[in-house]
Amino acid sequence: MSQIKITNLQKSFGDFTAVKNSNLTINDKEFFVLLGPSGCGKTTTLRMIAGLELPTSGEIYLGEEEVGMLRASERDIAFVFQLFALYPHMNVRNNLSFPLKMQGYKRSDIKLRVEEAAKLLRIDHILNSNISSLSGGDRQRVALGRALVRRPKAFLMDEPLGTLDAEFRELMCLELKKLHLDIGATTVYVTHDQLEAMSLADRIAVMDGGEILQADEPNIIYNKPKTKFVASFIGSPGMNFFEIDEGISKDQSFVNIEGTKFNIPKQLEESKGNKNFFGIRPENLTLSNNEGLKGSVYGVEYLGSRKIITIKTSLGEIKVKTDISVNIKLKENVQVKPLNNNIIIFDGETDKSLNSEFIQ
Amino acid sequence: MDTSRSYLEPSSFSKKIAAAIIIIYTVITLIPISWMVMTSFKNVDSAISYPPEVLFEPSLEGYVNLFTNRSRQSPEYLDSLPPPKNWYEELVRSREMVITGPSKFLGRYSNSMIIGFGSTFASVFLGALAAYAFSRFRVPLKDDLLFFILSTRMFPPIAVAVPIFIMYRKLGLGDTHLGMIILYTVVNLSLAVWLLKGFMDEIPKEYEEAAMIDGYSRLQAFFKVVLPQAMTGIAATAIFCMIFSWNEYAFAVLLTQFNAQTAPPFIPTIIGEGGLDWPAIGAGTTLFLLPVMIFTIILRKHLLRGITFGAVRK
Repeated sequence: MSQIKITNLQKSFGDFTAVKNSNLTINDKEFFVLLGPSGCGKTTTLRMIAGLELPTSGEIYLGEEEVGMLRASERDIAFVFQLFALYPHMNVRNNLSFPLKMQGYKRSDIKLRVEEAAKLLRIDHILNSNISSLSGGDRQRVALGRALVRRPKAFLMDEPLGTLDAEFRELMCLELKKLHLDIGATTVYVTHDQLEAMSLADRIAVMDGGEILQADEPNIIYNKPKTKFVASFIGSPGMNFFEIDEGISKDQSFVNIEGTKFNIPKQLEESKGNKNFFGIRPENLTLSNNEGLKGSVYGVEYLGSRKIITIKTSLGEIKVKTDISVNIKLKENVQVKPLNNNIIIFDGETDKSLNSEFIQ
Repeated sequence: MDTSRSYLEPSSFSKKIAAAIIIIYTVITLIPISWMVMTSFKNVDSAISYPPEVLFEPSLEGYVNLFTNRSRQSPEYLDSLPPPKNWYEELVRSREMVITGPSKFLGRYSNSMIIGFGSTFASVFLGALAAYAFSRFRVPLKDDLLFFILSTRMFPPIAVAVPIFIMYRKLGLGDTHLGMIILYTVVNLSLAVWLLKGFMDEIPKEYEEAAMIDGYSRLQAFFKVVLPQAMTGIAATAIFCMIFSWNEYAFAVLLTQFNAQTAPPFIPTIIGEGGLDWPAIGAGTTLFLLPVMIFTIILRKHLLRGITFGAVRK
């Protein structure tokens, strides 16, 4: 097992730059998730770590070794594909022993290792089955098993749960997490599903447009997003933004938005321009009878334990996550105010969060 | 109204019509072939009798004549010979002839085998490699190259007979097995590349990527993972290549005389030896039919899947 480090990694396909100047350190034994919308470069980054794509520039370190230009077969990593890519002309046992055969293990060793991995993944009863007869979940387990048997330096997974149905995905998520705890392998996992990312990751890197925007623990990514994109991409629904038509100065602790005064955490940094954004998560807003922003209820979604209320105000639509007991009807006139001071000001020019007492 | 059957399923009436058409077609196609097989088992007289005999006494005379050279002798000479040693000698004597040696048929037939299977293997092997490259790599001028490859099929191959004849004479490839294998391979290659590229495109590249991650080189991954999955396409392509090189007549007449002559130019020469020996011709063509038939039957499961492959995405 090893640390993975990428420095100034860049990948272009003709005129299109898929990955821009990325730097990242993935710690040993860490479960690291690359999260982003499709086309953000997360899979390309993963494929470069695997050696399936060669970087245009930059370095990739696997442990101490620089592997950027090595072939995939020379890197000692395992890769789990979204479509599993199990060899359909071999049965489960042969699929699992395929990587070991190349490394010249003795027949008896191969058997031992395959059975050990099969036991761990609870697929020992289907070792002699054909791939085509397996269910999605079993295929997933076999794909993981094929990665496991080699005991590689790192596991790379490209949306491995993407093709499973929702219920099963949750189960496999738990199994993956448990497996990771059991074997403690450095894992890089690519997904566009934030729930998957949140529940699996030790750390998450959010990518967009080929850039890594923020790499942090899930709760920091959620509560203290460094850019406006991260704030809106993470969370369901994403963060609410109100435009502020004025510059933010140092030590400022309130803003005026269309005549309404809002307290904000004490700012430690001034903004670059005169257009900035006030960001607040839906659960940090509350309904009020006498103060705050006026608006009318536009939509109510029930989420079991919580309710998401969409309110149309002069600042646009605002989403508020409230307790299920809040009784409210469509078109009702309400007022909205922040529940606490978990507010982030985003610089309108850089889209980055301004340092404050809440976020630094 | 009968609602028990699916809306999309053909009615039993149209199924019967379809079956009838297929049966009629099969019978029409099979008549010449069965006539050929029957002729091969007739003797010379019943083969040319009029009206034609449908029921006849089977004889192996055609096959004996196909495999032997014979000469006609006077009855006195035949009487002076020791009694025939085996059934086919007896059969030939009854026609007032003696066997002077084996005919060239077996040699021509094995030439056909060597050249047919050799060129089929070469076309499929080279075609698979080229198709894989076209399917997976960013080849410069890919579309132009593919068109260029296809363009070799836009004229009948015999159109280039004269330049090839001259080239082969200069290169010493005329009347050699190697020369014929190269020629048929070149003609078949364009078909093989195009057919196989379609199949390769259908195989997700993740398979060989998985194999490469598992420690195999690209070439090893190609042989161990891609080729087994392209079996359907390979079988279909092999059949098409085999049929062409097995049946090819014009180049075989032009370029081969002794060493590498294949069966197609040889079989008509039987006609010339001592009148029209229809049973021998029938025997020759029947035997000539067998390898392609067996080859196709062995691969037919793949062939059907091969032709419909890729029509519906899995």
